[in-house]
Amino acid sequence: MAASPSISIAIVGSGGAGALTTGNSLLEAACAAGWYGLLTRTLGPQIRGGEAAALLRLAVNPVEGLPDQFDLLIGIDWLNAHRFGSEIKAGPGTLVISDPRGGDQPPMVTQSGARVFEIPMKEMAKTIPDGRPNMIALGIAGRLLDLTIEQVFAPIEKLLADKGPAAIEASHAGIKIGFGAAAGADFGTPLASPNPSSARRWLLSGNEATALGAIRGGVRFAAAYPITPATEVLEWLAPSLAKVGGVLLQAEDELAAINMIIGSSFGGTPALTATSGPGLSLMIEALGLATSAEIPVVVVDVMRGGPSTGIPTKSEQADLNIAVYGLHGDAPHLVLAPQSVGDCMFTTQWATYLAETLQSPAIVLSDQFMGQTRAAIERPADVAFIGARTVATDIAGAYERYALAANGVSPMAIPGTRGGQYTADGLTHSQRGIPTSGAADHLAQLDKRRDKLDHFNYGDHWAAIEGAGELAVLTWGSLTSAAREAIARATKDGIDVRLVAPRLLLPTQPERLAKAFYGVKRILVIEQTHGGQFHRYLRAHYDLPAPVRVFNRPGPLPITAGEIYRAITEWR
Amino acid sequence: MSTVDTQRAYKQADYKSDIKPIWCPGCGDYHVLMSFTRAFAQLGLPPEQIAVISGIGCSSRIPAYTNCYGFHGVHGRSLALAAGLKVTRPDLTVVVASGDGDGYSIGGNHFLHACRRNVDMTYVVMDNHIYGMTKGQPSPTTEPEFDTALSPGGTKVRPFHPLVVALASGANFIARCFSGEPNETAAVLVEAIKHPGFSFVEILSPCVTFRPDEKAWKDLVHPAPVAATTDPGKAARRIMTDDGFNIGILYRGNRTPFQPAVGAINIDLSELEKDFEL
Repeated sequence: MAASPSISIAIVGSGGAGALTTGNSLLEAACAAGWYGLLTRTLGPQIRGGEAAALLRLAVNPVEGLPDQFDLLIGIDWLNAHRFGSEIKAGPGTLVISDPRGGDQPPMVTQSGARVFEIPMKEMAKTIPDGRPNMIALGIAGRLLDLTIEQVFAPIEKLLADKGPAAIEASHAGIKIGFGAAAGADFGTPLASPNPSSARRWLLSGNEATALGAIRGGVRFAAAYPITPATEVLEWLAPSLAKVGGVLLQAEDELAAINMIIGSSFGGTPALTATSGPGLSLMIEALGLATSAEIPVVVVDVMRGGPSTGIPTKSEQADLNIAVYGLHGDAPHLVLAPQSVGDCMFTTQWATYLAETLQSPAIVLSDQFMGQTRAAIERPADVAFIGARTVATDIAGAYERYALAANGVSPMAIPGTRGGQYTADGLTHSQRGIPTSGAADHLAQLDKRRDKLDHFNYGDHWAAIEGAGELAVLTWGSLTSAAREAIARATKDGIDVRLVAPRLLLPTQPERLAKAFYGVKRILVIEQTHGGQFHRYLRAHYDLPAPVRVFNRPGPLPITAGEIYRAITEWR
Repeated sequence: MSTVDTQRAYKQADYKSDIKPIWCPGCGDYHVLMSFTRAFAQLGLPPEQIAVISGIGCSSRIPAYTNCYGFHGVHGRSLALAAGLKVTRPDLTVVVASGDGDGYSIGGNHFLHACRRNVDMTYVVMDNHIYGMTKGQPSPTTEPEFDTALSPGGTKVRPFHPLVVALASGANFIARCFSGEPNETAAVLVEAIKHPGFSFVEILSPCVTFRPDEKAWKDLVHPAPVAATTDPGKAARRIMTDDGFNIGILYRGNRTPFQPAVGAINIDLSELEKDFEL
């Protein structure tokens, strides 16, 4: 039987049933065996008592997007599974593992034509002291993937190391029963063997990658208020900053968080906060202060569905407008967007470097999808972007903090430097930093702050530009990975498609985009918003030199590679 | 507080900038500025080792009038900005300047948490019971019957009691001063800056433009009759029941300041990757 280069598995359970533990353990076991893969979790709004699903994709090569349809669907129970109906697609090719005592099968199973194989996981778990159905499910999935039982044990042993031998023994027993129970199930096309490779690989979430990128870029202080789906950035940073002599403060609110990092940076310590849309809204006023006072700071917004409280556990790209246009006054600043789990590290590191170099706030627009997806990736290459602020030392004579330097970046005196005393101010100020309402000073400093960003050479990192087709897919953020996969499929069909995905959203790069569009005859814009924010942003700042089609849809449903592929092939 | 520079004697004038204050003639804040520079000179702190952090309002103009490092930030957030600075730069002496609107209204939440957090800094609130910069609206400390254009007939709202709130929230040093007594105020500021942890100094600083009645404060203030207590229970009774014009150091706590270990540790950053390696 032919083997498949990738397979997809959904594990569903009511809140607390342990579907995510099963999924994460399976991902770790499969990645340790040499495959690549990812796991996205999907949750209802409740922490427990709602519903949870682990959506996995395992593959021979690195993969960063979800499938259109799942090959294997395991229902530990079906109590609230109908809520996933629009999110988890099954079909005639799907194998469903169902517990006959797990509640009524949802329409996504009964209406799909999928093959259903019943295994009484709950009853089996009862035969083991402290047995849990989710370990039976893990054994089933491990067996269907042709993992060895030791490979399935390993992540559980690590996870339960602190819980003692009895807990591990109960899990072993459950996995063994699951292994046996799956023997009769026909999975259909198996996953192709992993490629032997000596590449160093990481298994991490985008939020963890973001945090590592921040430290690599020089961040040594963070202040933040917990918020879904950004909290993992902070939870990784708190112990890790301490290892490098930095610190994270939990602020009383986002207003405090942003002002704390401005204070840290004013004192010479590069600083970052991470939040989501509601928090970014609260930080906007102080971001204007950082723009005016020219204090470098990095604000990561892990976007979720909005407006207001919106859908905290689901992804959307609808904070683009507030990130680009939210500040009052003319307030040029940096806006960047990572494109994948691994790119969260690069882009955050680059953002830190740019913020420090240009003495400007930088907003990094990540999103829930890549932020909370755990993926196996090849270790990204080291890059030399380390925050390097132009500081004033050996000051003799009158110091001018906001002197009109040729590149707009004036040396910054750090407190403690004799002769460099100045007052950083959100009031319009002179070159010396003295408040003024004079027209000439206002214009000079507005020009300075605009020009320092506009005249900087951002290099090729500004966008991912791949391929040379006459049809260009123009997208951004985590959709870049789905678009890349769709384009690869189209290329196999003989359709050349170009990918253009800006990583740098502000300042805009019209000349570079024009170059990227050379020879383009059709432009397909893909974005996850309701209002077409990216398309409107493009129209405001760029020349789109060919007919444009826009495929935009709000969250919570991810835009998949299959949907992008269809949009490409339908426009011939 | 940073170490005293023994190499050099500083004069009060060393802490004053050449920028002319924009306060009204007769404003109490002129005297507060004088108290600041006098206290800094008495402490012998190098001006570049001091950071004066403020928000928005008449009182918050003070950083630029000193010759220290300053930050005139957004309205109400000075304590947060100062915490980020002090925690990462414990070598600096950090003084935060605010007013009753900036500190007790828009910045009220940060006041609670700054007291709780107990970072080693001094918080000076110039309280004139009115919004001066926006021309005479009621603040959290304005009397309920005080008539303004925005609150005809008065707010009818009970005034905020900053000293009680500070004590209940964990401030480690609490004092009340009167701007018209710059020598006494400077002496209290010296003690506040030297005291470890979060020191709160409320300075009654009259607004002669919108509250000409406050010119009478000079006759109402009186030195606190007994020395500062270290007992929060006694301090609470004292602060709750005094007439609001009791001047001096009222409470000295002994909480350990919040200061996490910071400073460059040279480890290979690839150590951090081990969390993720397959």
